[in-house]
Amino acid sequence: MERRKLFQGETWNYLCLEAELPSAGDFVAVHVGETPVIVTRDHDGEIYAFENRCSHRGSLLALEDRGNVKDFTCVYHAWTHNLQGDLVGIAFKDGIGGKGGMEKSFCMNSVGPRKLRVANVEGLIFGSFDEDVDDIEDYLGEEVLGRIRRVLQGRKVVVLGRFTQVLPNNWKLYVENTKDSYHASILHTFFTTFELNRLSQKGGIIVSPNGGCHVSYSEIDQAAEAEKAANNIYSEQKIRSQSDLELADKSLLGNFKEFDDDITLQILTVFPGFVLQQIQNSIAVRQVLPKGTDKMHLKWTYIGFEGDTAQQRRARHKLSNLIGPGGYVSMEDGCIGGFVRRGTEGASDTNAVLEMGGREIEGGDDRITEASIRGFWSEYRMRMGI
Amino acid sequence: MSTHVRHAEISALISAAQARYVREIDDGDCTAWPSFFVDDCFYTITSADNYAQNFEAGLVWLDSKDMLRDRILSLLEANVYERHSYRHLIGQPFVGEVDGDEVDSETAFMVARITREGPTDLFASGRYIDRYRVIAGEAKIVSRTVVLDSNRIDTLLGFPL
Ligand code: FES
Ligand SMILES: [Fe+2]
Repeated sequence: MERRKLFQGETWNYLCLEAELPSAGDFVAVHVGETPVIVTRDHDGEIYAFENRCSHRGSLLALEDRGNVKDFTCVYHAWTHNLQGDLVGIAFKDGIGGKGGMEKSFCMNSVGPRKLRVANVEGLIFGSFDEDVDDIEDYLGEEVLGRIRRVLQGRKVVVLGRFTQVLPNNWKLYVENTKDSYHASILHTFFTTFELNRLSQKGGIIVSPNGGCHVSYSEIDQAAEAEKAANNIYSEQKIRSQSDLELADKSLLGNFKEFDDDITLQILTVFPGFVLQQIQNSIAVRQVLPKGTDKMHLKWTYIGFEGDTAQQRRARHKLSNLIGPGGYVSMEDGCIGGFVRRGTEGASDTNAVLEMGGREIEGGDDRITEASIRGFWSEYRMRMGI
Repeated sequence: MSTHVRHAEISALISAAQARYVREIDDGDCTAWPSFFVDDCFYTITSADNYAQNFEAGLVWLDSKDMLRDRILSLLEANVYERHSYRHLIGQPFVGEVDGDEVDSETAFMVARITREGPTDLFASGRYIDRYRVIAGEAKIVSRTVVLDSNRIDTLLGFPL
């Protein structure tokens, strides 16, 4: 059901970075939901995407994750597909010595892997199996689009590393978690334990018109910071004395000015399974992939930009300790899905309570709300027809 | 001392240090983990694929002994995760040519993870790509790159590998 109505329906699914396909003939093998897909750059400079499935009997066409090829010739019986996914050659098509071969009436255009409609948003490549899907700009909405531009700023992306995290829960539990800004200061105790969090932070949530995409962010409140500095030296010392735990090497959190606003954290999701993360200078894209009902893969691509100095690169690497399978603030996110899965076992006829911040799906300038999770479910139900 | 004898001696020091290292993680409380490193050490965990492509980012990326200490402190005091323990099996170190006090070495490992309710699972396999320095008769790690064979890593990379 999800495969047909969601991942192969009118949705936009993140495929890869444009930066991963610099030259003609480059390809990457990815997934949309559980369907294997190939993304290529052809000689016309355009990016194409099609199912990673041979026209003949369905073998995988790409056996590597990435590479550069002149075409996709299947290893099974050597049927050949071009870089746009069209079937262009059949081995022994006319048989041998007048015997065997394909029917005379057989038309190569009549079979072939399904093609995806492709969209490029600031170097992020999205694909849809449905030709009639809304244009991606409308799908994302003005505000979410603006927040993607805010992070990428038209810069040239450089891949710093790729990791795949295996999580023991349904993919939707992870999506809920990324939209759940309510848990952030409660579950993740790294910042509070070492007293690294700033109380003087403001922030908010943006939910896209349909509900499925969201942005949550927090920023330094300059006015509150200044006030604190001006008259609070005494009480600051008192705060410090409450805990004797301190990081010995604070360079872990050393950051540099990258954006012209005061937003230190921005988590952005695109329905159904894409995340763009900016945690200070740690920038990554994440892709949520279902693997059956109780397992999923979370593919992380850590990115930097051309023109980063060695020092800035180093800061990005250090800040990346906060995220990923063993990250100081996302180790918990990996585990919590498993806790919820085990906790809800045998309770399929019960409902969760999602009424923090009311029952609407509108954003606002506080983060103690479950509006974006309600938004996700509202869009999910609409697209699934339930 | 002949280079041959010196090589054998350093290999033995590395083996001994590694045996203590895995014992500290598997049967100790990890607090002595940083003591196996020199002060300006480097420790990272990556995958074979990332390593082959020269990608610098890591799942853990620490460039001082204090950062190693902080990692353990955070695990013990701050992070929320499911109780678990590791069991390391390590191979014989392959020790390169001795270069003054320092030497490169490579050791294969397998780590099983035991979680609170779960069975013993094979959690990771890979190799340590190390640079060791001999200080006062002890082999200390200058740099350790933990290269995981698989690009997939289960959630909860808690304790060090
Ligand atoms: S399955 Fe691909 S050529 Fe036969
Ligand atoms: Fe979280």
